Amino acid sequence: MNRVHDMGGRFGDGPVDGRPEHAVFHEDWQARALALTLAAGALGKWNIDMSRHARECLSPKDYTAFGYYEKWIGGLVALLVEQGVVSRAELSGIGPAQFSELATRKLTADAVGDMLARGSPANRPCDSAPLFVVGETVRTRQFAENTFVSGGHTRLPTYAAGAQGKILRYQGTHVLPDSSAHGRGEAAEPLYAVAFAASALWRHPENPDDEVVLDLWQSYLVAA
Amino acid sequence: MGAREEARVWAGLALWTREFLRGSLPDMPHDHSDHDHPHALLPPEPALRVKALETLLTRKGLVDPAALDAIIDTYENKIGPRNGAHVVARAWTDPAFRAALIADATPLVADLGYYGRQGEHLVVVENTPEVHNMVVCTLCSCYPWPLLGIPPGWYKSDAYRARAVRAPRAVLADFGVTLNEGTAVRVWDSTAEVRYLVLPLRPEGTDGWSEEALMDLVTRDSMIGTGVVTVPE
Repeated sequence: MNRVHDMGGRFGDGPVDGRPEHAVFHEDWQARALALTLAAGALGKWNIDMSRHARECLSPKDYTAFGYYEKWIGGLVALLVEQGVVSRAELSGIGPAQFSELATRKLTADAVGDMLARGSPANRPCDSAPLFVVGETVRTRQFAENTFVSGGHTRLPTYAAGAQGKILRYQGTHVLPDSSAHGRGEAAEPLYAVAFAASALWRHPENPDDEVVLDLWQSYLVAA
Repeated sequence: MGAREEARVWAGLALWTREFLRGSLPDMPHDHSDHDHPHALLPPEPALRVKALETLLTRKGLVDPAALDAIIDTYENKIGPRNGAHVVARAWTDPAFRAALIADATPLVADLGYYGRQGEHLVVVENTPEVHNMVVCTLCSCYPWPLLGIPPGWYKSDAYRARAVRAPRAVLADFGVTLNEGTAVRVWDSTAEVRYLVLPLRPEGTDGWSEEALMDLVTRDSMIGTGVVTVPE
């Protein structure tokens, strides 16, 4: 069964309000929330897959009620506690803030430009050869679930599970989030952009000529 | 912060933490959601929560507030859709650049200075009279930061994430865009670390325009695929 973040294709959300926005951040605290998340990430205690999974693990009620950056803060607090960076007592204001041994890794202002410019590429060498070629027909696995951990992180959305599509492009070999999010190693695999006809995904496609393309790891796919 | 404000901040964080962690952090890791989350006490406003967390992490020696200022300054003032517009206008005026961009965008845009966090693996997809491209991230909010900056609110909204893959034409209509008959829609759901930028169709009546003049026409939405580029009347 999926989690609440896996909302592609869901009914009932109504129109998109695409009116122009005149600020990058509408409130100062939203900018601080983004910056705090990036600065805490620079401590090196978790990776981007763990970070996404922490947000996905918010309860459906919280996930739905929280604004975008509230979810970020919710995920950040969960990671800080889980990784032992911050104690519950410190967060609750019960105990005094203990100076952290991770302080040597603190992101300083003069290192910000370099950190953002460097990024963190996800491509890695990998032992397994690509099994599929461009144009080949494939099918996604039946369950949009992590195969290692029940309720674990995966990047196969439910709407594309068990669907037949065609390999559109080969993207190289990338870190497998299903493994990396759970501290099981990067386990890089070949990654493909796979095109699905709208009629392969939806009982009532809006237009039969339309397609959806997803980036999918080799272990998500079988030949069809 | 004054003493009174600080006391208020800590009381707020304590209340929120107690309620939040009760539901979200049971003993078993990675199984946070199968519990009831009674938010009987409403959490305090998010601004206080963030302030308190920043204060705590700063005291622990983990965060430098000046570094936060520098991150915010980068995305408020330095990195935004002008970068993407530059790439698009260059592609419209330089056929060799355009061909190289479609073949392998990442090193090419890095040469223009557009590389970094959330833009490590870039693919540029080209609109044609036959195919209109549109980008979404249904699972979170993946977006090509070095080219377009921080995504707008609507891109991160439930409505866009839920509907873009199932009803892209209805979403385009929300943005006032109607495609010509015979144009297919290809929606790119950003499920990995590959980031997508749409190369929109160059509008008619712009022959001979300079790169700078063309850049001014290119909107952020046209590079996500929820807009088309037009020449103002």
